[in-house]
Amino acid sequence: MKKITGFVITDILKNKIILFYTLILAVFSWSVFSLEDNTAKGVLSLLNVILLTVPLVSIIFSNIYMYNSSEFIELLVSQPIQRKTIWSSLFTGLVIAMNMAYLLGVGIPVLIFVPDMTGLIIILTGMMISTIFISIAVLCSILTRDKARGIGFAIITWLFLTLIYDGLVLFLMFQFSDYPIEKPMVIVSALNPIDLARIMVLLQVDVSALMGYTGAIFKQIFGTSLGLIVSFGLMMLWIIIPFLISLKKFKNKDL
Amino acid sequence: MKKYLYIVCFLVFCINKSTAKTIHVGPGKTYKSIRSALSYADNFDTIIVHHSQYKEGNIVINKRIALLGEGWPVLDGQHKYEVISIKADNVVFSGFQVQNSGFATLHDPGGIKVYDGIGVIIENNILENNFFGIYIQYGKNCIVRNNRIKAYGVEEQQIGNGIHCWKSDSLQIIGNNVQGHRDGIYFEFVTHSVIWRNISKNNIRYGLHFMFSNDDAYINNFFDQNGAGVAVMYTKNVVMYSNTFKNSKGDAAYGILLKDISDAEIIGNRFLDNTIALYLEGANRMLIKKNVFSGNGWGLKIQANCMDNVITENNFYANTFDVATNGSLVLNTFDRNYWDKYEGYDMDKNSFGDVPYHPLSLFSTIIENNPTAMLLYRSFMVSLMERTEKLIPSLTPDIFRDNQPVMKPYKL
Repeated sequence: MKKITGFVITDILKNKIILFYTLILAVFSWSVFSLEDNTAKGVLSLLNVILLTVPLVSIIFSNIYMYNSSEFIELLVSQPIQRKTIWSSLFTGLVIAMNMAYLLGVGIPVLIFVPDMTGLIIILTGMMISTIFISIAVLCSILTRDKARGIGFAIITWLFLTLIYDGLVLFLMFQFSDYPIEKPMVIVSALNPIDLARIMVLLQVDVSALMGYTGAIFKQIFGTSLGLIVSFGLMMLWIIIPFLISLKKFKNKDL
Repeated sequence: MKKYLYIVCFLVFCINKSTAKTIHVGPGKTYKSIRSALSYADNFDTIIVHHSQYKEGNIVINKRIALLGEGWPVLDGQHKYEVISIKADNVVFSGFQVQNSGFATLHDPGGIKVYDGIGVIIENNILENNFFGIYIQYGKNCIVRNNRIKAYGVEEQQIGNGIHCWKSDSLQIIGNNVQGHRDGIYFEFVTHSVIWRNISKNNIRYGLHFMFSNDDAYINNFFDQNGAGVAVMYTKNVVMYSNTFKNSKGDAAYGILLKDISDAEIIGNRFLDNTIALYLEGANRMLIKKNVFSGNGWGLKIQANCMDNVITENNFYANTFDVATNGSLVLNTFDRNYWDKYEGYDMDKNSFGDVPYHPLSLFSTIIENNPTAMLLYRSFMVSLMERTEKLIPSLTPDIFRDNQPVMKPYKL
């Protein structure tokens, strides 16, 4: 497994795109922190990147990579290696490579400019988000053999989680505004990993605005250490479940 | 000869007048207790109390005397009594540590309570752990200066106010430091008074609470981390200059809450890191000028029932929402402010932006109707909606705007 993972990582790193991605993230993070004298504002600008760019690049790159490695996978399957090992090591390779890019690009400037709990949360949530979207991409690539459909499906998933989901949540809020919906709504938005990541970072920075009534509920639910553990647990589920489904599909798949 | 006689008579009169005694109280002195010294004293005497512990229950001052402490003598109310009751005019009370007054919601005992006094001066005292700190009722021309007032209140109904003034006139509250009470400074039916250079911190409810108190000024005060900030209600002709309102955080916490105020001036104040910096409800004919709003959740929350207010030459920096309102009626003007979110340009170089600025964001309007929507704050979809609304205002009132936003912040 180690060998295949190592091979996948070197293969991805040889691919110049990931280096370019690292560079873009680094340029953006350094400029955000050196232009803003207020680090809280810098964190908020960076949050937009983590919530938009990171998922998009993660899902599309991994999805295409999986389709492109189909011949390599077929070759590996012909060898005396368990299918589970092949699939896991491909996934692990992708996760390590993407997270390395993220850590080099965003992690270093964040650790330099915001060396506290906020910085740590940003790095952790960003890594979780990349991993979640790799996991979803891997699932999309196994669901259909058609590359165009697979990539389309990945893009739609990204669009749904970043944009449409929030629209639906807002719609529900207005529909049920006569009822005490704060807690159910918090739970509903916690089900979307992007919203969850956003709330977790916001709780660290923009406190004065969030201290209103809804903010108090936020704090009550996510602000405690138990809330933090539950949030990370939910994100872990977003990683594990799509991956396990894809693994099961791969095991029984007629290549 | 007759002239000399007059002079002698005058001198004799002077000497007679200056026979006012100085009485010393303390261990090893003629008087061991303040009560005995007080009963011996006449009007215009001075009583000097030397350092010791005095547990004499309720001490009533009903003569025009100066009661001065030396080395901070401690007057202890043993959690049973009102410590000092001043029931005469022109009393000076200075240099004591007054602590542990009784607790009673019917009589409101205070560390130092003034009943109907004119010209009473209370200065340089330390008040620790009292129910009410300094309480003035029906006072006139009284001065409360440089006192340090501290209590350890936990619940609103278990503790009184730091400086409580009721039905008084022409008071001067200067340079006091109040912490841990219910309201730091409380004014009800107090007129023509000044509150200057006080620090009010960590009080459970309001740092300053003002009701039915017309023609007052508060200047250069510092309010920090009070449970609900500062409230000024049902009052006219108040001026608020150069105060700092900081860290009022919570669902119902305001830098200043203004309710039913008219003809007030709010000039040169700083509002830093509050949930809501300035809240106006039923406020009319106010001048809000040269203030700094920075790092607040809401800079200015102005309800639609406010009229003829002028908001000008203020700096708005790094607030989550600069302005919010609850209706579409706009009867106030917002011209010539600095907004850090302004994205216009200044082609004719007159230092005013050429495009009007709409300080009301769509999202703040949504939040006003549906507070739960705060959940979506800073999500991609909300940013997208904000952009569209900024270009073509449809849901927010178009007349709610700054016609001459300045390009550079004022130096305030």
